[in-house]
Amino acid sequence: MSAPTTTTAMKGDVAEAMPPAFQGLEARNAHVWFGSHLAVAGISLKFPQKTVTGIIGPSGCGKSAFLRLLNRMHEFIPGAAMAGEVLLHGADIYGDGVDAAAMRLKIGMVFQKPNPFPAMTIKENVLSGIKLAHLKRQNHDDIVETCLTRAGLWKEVKDRLGASGGSLSGGQQQRLCIARSLAVEPEVLLMDEPCSALDPVSTLRIEETIRELAERITVVIVTHNMQQASRVSDYCAFFLTDGGPGYLVEADATRAIFTSPRDPRTADYVQGKFG
Amino acid sequence: MSFVAATDVVAAPPAPERPWVVPRRTQALGVATLALSGVAAIGIVLVTGLAGVDGWAVAALGILLAVTMVRTARAGTKERIDAFVRLAITAGAVLAFVPWISIFGSVLIKGVPGLHPGYLFQDMRTTVPDDELNVGGAGHAIVGSLMMVLIAAVITLPLGILSGVYVTEIRGRLTFLVRFIIQSMAGVPSIVAGLFVYTTFVFATESFSGMAGALALAVLMLPTVARTAEEVLKLVPDDLRSAGYALGARQWRTALMIVVPTVRSGLTTAAILGVARVIGETAPLLLTSLSSNNYEWTPLGVPLASMPTYVFGLLQIGSEYATTRAWTGSLVLLFVVLVLFVAARKTGGKDRR
Repeated sequence: MSAPTTTTAMKGDVAEAMPPAFQGLEARNAHVWFGSHLAVAGISLKFPQKTVTGIIGPSGCGKSAFLRLLNRMHEFIPGAAMAGEVLLHGADIYGDGVDAAAMRLKIGMVFQKPNPFPAMTIKENVLSGIKLAHLKRQNHDDIVETCLTRAGLWKEVKDRLGASGGSLSGGQQQRLCIARSLAVEPEVLLMDEPCSALDPVSTLRIEETIRELAERITVVIVTHNMQQASRVSDYCAFFLTDGGPGYLVEADATRAIFTSPRDPRTADYVQGKFG
Repeated sequence: MSFVAATDVVAAPPAPERPWVVPRRTQALGVATLALSGVAAIGIVLVTGLAGVDGWAVAALGILLAVTMVRTARAGTKERIDAFVRLAITAGAVLAFVPWISIFGSVLIKGVPGLHPGYLFQDMRTTVPDDELNVGGAGHAIVGSLMMVLIAAVITLPLGILSGVYVTEIRGRLTFLVRFIIQSMAGVPSIVAGLFVYTTFVFATESFSGMAGALALAVLMLPTVARTAEEVLKLVPDDLRSAGYALGARQWRTALMIVVPTVRSGLTTAAILGVARVIGETAPLLLTSLSSNNYEWTPLGVPLASMPTYVFGLLQIGSEYATTRAWTGSLVLLFVVLVLFVAARKTGGKDRR
């Protein structure tokens, strides 16, 4: 398992000796624009399978914009554009003929604000992805139990699966959203500050959930909370902006980022000197 | 230890008193002020030139103003302003009820004498408008109105909701055009809608019919439903759409399975407003479904009775009994609308939150 490294895009030597495709998610020289405003520039990162990668950095450095690039959710923002490549197991998700909706089944997303579907019950919420994408699945009850268990919510809701998703507390709603994402069996789960609206206890539950998920899938989590990044992630990427577009300062194993960062700015940030 | 024991001693929770229960004394004082003002106003009406209910209301308002002024004489400026604004707003709210009560009151008073057990079921086939009020009824008109509104709703609701979805969800190139057409349709006078159907459908089928009436109503109903549906769909947070897309759903699935169900009760309101817009329409029906004295169970080929044309026809006769029948018809029409709305609320349900 290789660490995510900042690879400088080298032209020319790509086509020569085709190495076996990198298994996992990879961004190559990724840029994001909103209209004419360049928000994120030149990010190259690898997310190996079955690992958790934390993306940290101060507000406005393009963490969320980069995350939304990884499953083409940014296409729903009017005026958003990108350059570069995003590869899942070596295949460009922005390639010609790629079905964005089908791709998002493999690369799911959990949002900052819990957003269960208010018109559906807890059970229907979990199964909503299967219904929305017309997936053929047997044993719906088993899927509901498995996903809710993996999201750490089963014990709390097993007796009221028919209740509205909106009747849960904020932390429970977020875990319901995670369960909903898991039901379509994604290979990668992108999480955009999933705990920023939650209390410490709920946050802890979700962090446990993330650690358990990493045994099966790849997780990329954007967080403002450095303790959280150090607790849940195997690898960490530090983004920064100098007023212009956000860029990647450093990416390494989490322990290295927090104990012996190579860049002094990373050291200052993880020690809380700015940001 | 005694601290722990103390919690066990507490027997019954205290009764709630603050801040949501107004003390008896304050309540009594308020009621007394209102009652005394009312009585004093009667006195003023008897003594001075003010007369009638309007005069009494003006006098009562003046007394209440004076009372408020005296009561707040020692209070600060903000408290005084608060008291006066409160009085003004309450008076305005009461005033808004006056036309409402007046309309329902006169319909009730003038309509009830025409009610008899068979009114809702009998038609006017064997009854002359001047017959005694215990024969004849509006059953045929109720059936006709319901039939036409139902057909109009079946045509309009899907179209209206779809155009709302197009404008808010798909936001295609024709969004501007769709909005423009709907807004112009909203400005079409109802008689023009009737004429439009008269020169097309009625000419083509060479007959007045319930179908023609339903088409005219649909033309009037569509813009109301479409605009309300658009406003309601706009309220759905983008979070929910994002969640749908992130689950690998296509746009139409997201719109159909997430966005629309989320605002089910709002779309029910759109339907109610649409029905309310057309159920009392008379002019377009005179050109399309005309009127009838019999039960008709088909929307094609024969003129169809409806509540508004039933009332209109009887009023034109002008005799005492016919006029009473017309008022009774208005009363039943109001009642039918009420039943429809309650039914729609029950089945359309509330948003689950």
